[in-house]
Amino acid sequence: MSAIELNPGLLMILAGLVAGVLPWRLRQLVSLATPVLGIVLLWSTPIGAQSVVPLFGFDLTLLRLDALAFPFALIFLIAAFLNAIYALHQDDRLQDASAMVYAGAAIGAVLAGDFISLFVYWELTAISSVFLILAARTERAYRASMRYLVWQIGSGVLLLAGIILNWRVTGSLEFGPLTLAGSAAWLIFIAFGIKSAFPLLHNWLQDAYPEATVTGTVVLSAFTTKLAVYAFARCFAGESLLIPIGVTMTCFPVFFAVIENDLRRVLAFSLNNQIGFMLVGIGIGSEIALNGAVSHAFAHIIYKALLFMSMGAVLYRVGTTKASELGGLYRSMPLTTIFCIVGAISIAGFPLTSGFVTKNLTLTGAENAHLFVTWLLLLFASAGVMEHSGIKIPYFAFFSHDGGHRVKEAPANMLVAMAIAAFGCIFIGVFPSVLYSIMPYAVEESPYTVTSVITKTQLLMFAVVAFAVLVRTGVYPKEIPSTNLNTDWFYRKPGMALVRGFVGLCLAVRNGLAGVVNGVIQRAHAHGHRHHGPDGMFGRSWPTGTMAFWATAMLGAYLLVSYLR
Amino acid sequence: MSENGKKDDRETGWFERPQNVNRIWYALLAVAALLLIAELFYEHHPHFGIDGLPGFYAVFGFVSFIIIVFAGKFLRTIIMRDEDYYERD
Repeated sequence: MSAIELNPGLLMILAGLVAGVLPWRLRQLVSLATPVLGIVLLWSTPIGAQSVVPLFGFDLTLLRLDALAFPFALIFLIAAFLNAIYALHQDDRLQDASAMVYAGAAIGAVLAGDFISLFVYWELTAISSVFLILAARTERAYRASMRYLVWQIGSGVLLLAGIILNWRVTGSLEFGPLTLAGSAAWLIFIAFGIKSAFPLLHNWLQDAYPEATVTGTVVLSAFTTKLAVYAFARCFAGESLLIPIGVTMTCFPVFFAVIENDLRRVLAFSLNNQIGFMLVGIGIGSEIALNGAVSHAFAHIIYKALLFMSMGAVLYRVGTTKASELGGLYRSMPLTTIFCIVGAISIAGFPLTSGFVTKNLTLTGAENAHLFVTWLLLLFASAGVMEHSGIKIPYFAFFSHDGGHRVKEAPANMLVAMAIAAFGCIFIGVFPSVLYSIMPYAVEESPYTVTSVITKTQLLMFAVVAFAVLVRTGVYPKEIPSTNLNTDWFYRKPGMALVRGFVGLCLAVRNGLAGVVNGVIQRAHAHGHRHHGPDGMFGRSWPTGTMAFWATAMLGAYLLVSYLR
Repeated sequence: MSENGKKDDRETGWFERPQNVNRIWYALLAVAALLLIAELFYEHHPHFGIDGLPGFYAVFGFVSFIIIVFAGKFLRTIIMRDEDYYERD
């Protein structure tokens, strides 16, 4: 029984449910204390711990802590703690509770050792997180949240189908390695693929995340996609199909990010691109590449949260994150600017930042596996990251042309959360061995070789030079208030028209049929009315006099008959 | 943004002064040049051959960036719509 009490995921979920009914200050205390308690619990649980609970004839492994689950559970708890600090300025019961339940569900899923538990947590992440989008309380957010929910629940349904099929075939419910053969494994693969935003299955992310609240987007950025990365690492490590998929994910969002006006949406594209790097690492499947994927996920959660936090602060103070309306904010929000730049250089992967020491493992993994095209495209995508997250985000928000906004610096709690995240980015970059020590496999080499430092810095600095050249020559595209079409167009426009047409057709058929049926009913009614209505033959009332008359007549006839005898 | 009103109170910030913008530009060029020169001072161990060429990473970063921006500009001609595209009906 103690095993359930000791599960940090369940702890977060229960605390979240309780927090939902607590008054503001108490709720803040719970939201801050629970992740800390969770980290203490996680640290005191030995690696290799497992707790099995029998339920309905199945053995559910509610807790399985191994070298792969540990870093993910830890970073999810750290993210929950940072999110709690970042949200301290607001009193929103719905968001506080759902953020905690959502984080708890993601941690529970990471610690789950069987597919049934995974499925339950998988769906819970979908259901709890949708409130973070709904809480923006706008029509746009409502619509986006419903589209988000359809995708997420769809992923859960596919996962369940895959789990059941897999159980029928293999008799196993263990959340463990699968081979991509047969429909069961494919269903699970696609379910994970939706949650990690595979190409063409990706747009729920760019659609929904930027519509969430200031704090909601920060929370959302941490869990769902990284849970999918964990699930892939758990089930499909070394599945080579993930390499082309991952490479596509690193490259194609780059082009969309260049022209996107909403900076939070740019970050959503960037998120997509980062997940691509992790999937490539998992697809390569060597020890160094898997370490690359896991450490990248760990570092990424921190700097991505930091970037979303800085844009959240801008949204909170200015009221928009549209690049076409921003610019020059470095004077009003100097600290936010510095923290944003730390996040930007970290995601770009400059030396001494967390991006450098983690992404390099994946690149080295590709080199060691002699995947030349993959390696080249990952370098290309690295230049792309530099473009949209390294330069575009800080440049258009804080520098560029003065947007004329004179606002206050971000609230103190936001600054504290950003400062901790920025510290984390630099700390991991300067002391990579601390992060490496909790990776699934031992990391022997230091990422700081002369070659890697010089070459990667060259790549990034010459990308900056290219940017400067394009800006100075006026070639760099202007930020334009616009909507850029993406895969969601298919279901939001022609799909919607198809649905509307089909509904229209159904209505027409129904009305036609109703006309015929109504005619029949009306004729039957008229017929009945004629005979049984107030004036109908069978509907007339008979006066009591008539009855008395006929009774008398009958008695008279009876009398007559008896005389005649 | 309105050109008047909101902007009336502004003094030119450090990053807006042309001489500072030029300073940043030359500093950037200097750093880039130093990075190229640094290549001469260590032994190369290329994995694929092409990455052993002098200035490979520099050229690759520069060209990739240009390609990305121009591809993005081209993409705009296909997929860009008005801001209220999805809200109009």
